[in-house]
Amino acid sequence: MSRTDRDGDSGETPGSEADFEAVGDALGTPEQFTDEGRDPGPAPISGHARNGRVAADGGSSSVSEFQQMADVSMTDAERRRQWIDEKLLAPARIVWSDWRARTGVLVVVSYVLMATVGLAIVTEPSPNQGGYLVGAFRTLEYPLGTTASGVSLLSQTVYATPSMLTMIASGAVFTVCLGTAFGTIAGYKGGTVDRVLMIVTDIMMTIPGLPLTIVLASALQIDGNPVIIGILITINAWAGLARAIRSQVLTLRDAEYVEASRIMGMETSTIISGDIIPNLMPYITMNFVQQARAVIFGSVGLYFLGVLPYTSVNWGVMMNAAVNRAGATSSPAAFHWLLVPMVTIIILALGLTLLAQGADRIFNPRVRARHAETVASDGDDDATTGEI
Amino acid sequence: MSYVLKRIAQSVLTVYVVISASFGLVRLLPGGPLDYLRAQAVQQGGSDLSMSEINARIAAQTNIAVNEPIYVQYADYMAAMLQGDFGVSTRYGDPVMSIIGPAIPWTVFLTATALFLAFTVGVSLGAFMAYKEGSSFDVASTGVGLVLNSTPGYVLALLFISYLGYRMELFPTGGRYASELTVGFNASFLGSVLYHGALPIASMALVGFGGWALSMRGNSIRVLGEDYLRVARLRGLSTRRIAMRYVARNAILPMYTGLMIAIGTVFGGAVIIENIFAYPGVGFYLIQGINARDYPLMMGGFIIITIAMVVGITVADLTYGVLDPRAKGGGSRESY
Repeated sequence: MSRTDRDGDSGETPGSEADFEAVGDALGTPEQFTDEGRDPGPAPISGHARNGRVAADGGSSSVSEFQQMADVSMTDAERRRQWIDEKLLAPARIVWSDWRARTGVLVVVSYVLMATVGLAIVTEPSPNQGGYLVGAFRTLEYPLGTTASGVSLLSQTVYATPSMLTMIASGAVFTVCLGTAFGTIAGYKGGTVDRVLMIVTDIMMTIPGLPLTIVLASALQIDGNPVIIGILITINAWAGLARAIRSQVLTLRDAEYVEASRIMGMETSTIISGDIIPNLMPYITMNFVQQARAVIFGSVGLYFLGVLPYTSVNWGVMMNAAVNRAGATSSPAAFHWLLVPMVTIIILALGLTLLAQGADRIFNPRVRARHAETVASDGDDDATTGEI
Repeated sequence: MSYVLKRIAQSVLTVYVVISASFGLVRLLPGGPLDYLRAQAVQQGGSDLSMSEINARIAAQTNIAVNEPIYVQYADYMAAMLQGDFGVSTRYGDPVMSIIGPAIPWTVFLTATALFLAFTVGVSLGAFMAYKEGSSFDVASTGVGLVLNSTPGYVLALLFISYLGYRMELFPTGGRYASELTVGFNASFLGSVLYHGALPIASMALVGFGGWALSMRGNSIRVLGEDYLRVARLRGLSTRRIAMRYVARNAILPMYTGLMIAIGTVFGGAVIIENIFAYPGVGFYLIQGINARDYPLMMGGFIIITIAMVVGITVADLTYGVLDPRAKGGGSRESY
């Protein structure tokens, strides 16, 4: 994708207009230039953003873009569509092209569906819904079996999803925001600011997370609000992220473009948000997903131990009940009760891991271009993304 | 040298902050631990206990003399803590240190072994995977690594204890060593310790090594694509030297911060694992304390876990300074 293509679509640069006409003259008439044998594709305006293909052959069928851009200004709707295509659809296509990211997205979406649509489909869990300790995959009515008090495990699992997802999201957002703020400011400012922030960070980092959560939950006597529990579980997880981001910022702060911004007199906050953070986005995204996984592991583990307050049954509470009420570890009859929430957690965690892996692969040009002979050229990108 | 001193000073500060925070939690929260302990004392002692007796009892349990001014309370509390006096457990009636102290080595044994196994196996496997990138071995290991990395340690522990522990009866389901053995440096005792520790260690190490292998693989692949590696190849350096000095070193360094975080994760995870295997380590007593609302035991357990972690992280950090010279001066200069 070259600079001139972009100008060609927007038609805002008067200087380039003449250039294009000159090019057009040199190549012959615009009609000749349009490749007749090729299907121009259903979405003409997306020509420039799609797969990095040259705009000319994806252009509108009747008029060449070279003429079009001179007198046609884009309507708001077109602009909006173009924005959507550039900012949302293109990344979506990239995500879709990588099987890990695709699987990850599918898993996460299906859990979100479970938390929304699932509530409407599955009956609410209640005691004596079915027989006691019905095994998994025995009856169609209770596909995942029932508990010792006859509650359908499928219902319990599905109805636990909304609060779990809320908890996961709140914990991950909390960690990423705090970690990024501390890491970028400390790394970029250096000096005293860095020292003070890093002392705070190091103290937080050396406190063991789960025990701290347990102690705080016990001493503070909080209620089971999932948002608060999510933050409580990641109460010091941001510190590790801040450390890692800081060390990346240390290498970025001397980059030429950052120096240029500094010389131009830009404010520190502008440089951090405009020059530094975009570079860290892949890393931050990956960490968001990993933190989400950490929240699941931590919360379920602590609920399993029975040391966190809860307002409704969740996966960890299910495991706790399975072990403490039915002795699921030693009795095979109740083992499915333990297994269902465990598998639920593992699938979600696996989805998040794959998402993080895929994100890393897509964002990280170094991973793509790691060996000289397998460097993905523009043509290769077309081949991988074009097939969708 | 000043780096080492600074690092140690920071660790001391961390411990100080944590102990202060524990004082704050116990003392200052309304309706918190202190009120609970008072209610407990009244309940147990009946109405014939006078207020001063109750206060004396709380003072013995928590090192906080309620009738003194707050700064005296704080000073007394800190002084007692620094001498290793963590108060008296309300559940067991013994000094907290005499309960948790003997448990420390066991927790350290579990976590250190698990971390060491996970790291060494993971790093070697990851490096090997990077060299065999794209082969079926790489694909299979990546798959296994992904699944293990997405499994919490306690899930593995539950699977182990129910299959290997209860159903097949291959491994013990609780305790540190067979109770009939005498503690000592002999083969049967050490064997029993390993036998009892095997499942907890395995459940912590197995979920860890996948993550290490995957990040080592990623880092190695990244390093393998660097220009300096091409130069090293062109210089005709031996494969072994390239693998050890160029690839391994540069690939492991970024994982060091991760290692420090992992110390925390493993210690935290050990709390859950120890409870599943009824392994009397620090985490086991911490949860005992929580469930009985035994605040002295709980706070003592928490502080001791923190101190153990601070020591571990400090050691790791100091060795990082040796491995990566940049770490010593990195970013200290005031800039923008």
